[in-house]
Amino acid sequence: MLHIVNKAPLDRNSLDTCLATAQPGGALLLIEDGVYAATNGNSAEGKLKQAMGQIKVYALKADLEARGVADRVLDGVNLVDYGGFVDLVTEHTTCQSWL
Amino acid sequence: MSEGQIKKFMYVNRKAPHGTIYALESLEVVLIAAAFDQDVSLAFMDDGVYQLKKGWNTKGIEMKSFQPTYRALDDYDINKLYVEKEALDARGLTIDDMCVPVEVLSRAEIGKLMETQDVVLSF
Repeated sequence: MLHIVNKAPLDRNSLDTCLATAQPGGALLLIEDGVYAATNGNSAEGKLKQAMGQIKVYALKADLEARGVADRVLDGVNLVDYGGFVDLVTEHTTCQSWL
Repeated sequence: MSEGQIKKFMYVNRKAPHGTIYALESLEVVLIAAAFDQDVSLAFMDDGVYQLKKGWNTKGIEMKSFQPTYRALDDYDINKLYVEKEALDARGLTIDDMCVPVEVLSRAEIGKLMETQDVVLSF
């Protein structure tokens, strides 16, 4: 299934709960303030890298650009545009937004 | 506000720029206080440090970038901008990532500055 996180990792526990819940083979899409988790040197870098062994991680490019962090995305994070966002939703049978 | 009296105002910004309206609203209020010639300082703590991360390109999210407003603050004689060191460290950021000149202070140092204010406004 697809997990969507839209909150920054140090602001809420959404990412932590998501990563602890997500099962191998699932996918995580980071949007809005959630994209800060996908940046070099942020506090969630370690756990996100660890999760990448089990789940595919995506981040919305427009949200990275808006925040000035598109040039510091972690290796292994796949960037998607809004069309890619829609594709991810349709490719997975279910979707959980960790609001 | 009584005539001629200058108070010390500190605006404490703790939210990332686009996910909520707080950052933009804070800027609006900062500019109002500046118009009244008050002693204004801005503190950026926690995710608030992201407000000053340079290089926003908001075209993709179809929002107006208000980053230029931070650069205009100096024109309103607002030049006391303090950024929390611990917050930068936790986010992999440095003073070189900031879009305006700032002073980097520890939480404790910001706390001491807060104690010297007449008014503290939270965003």
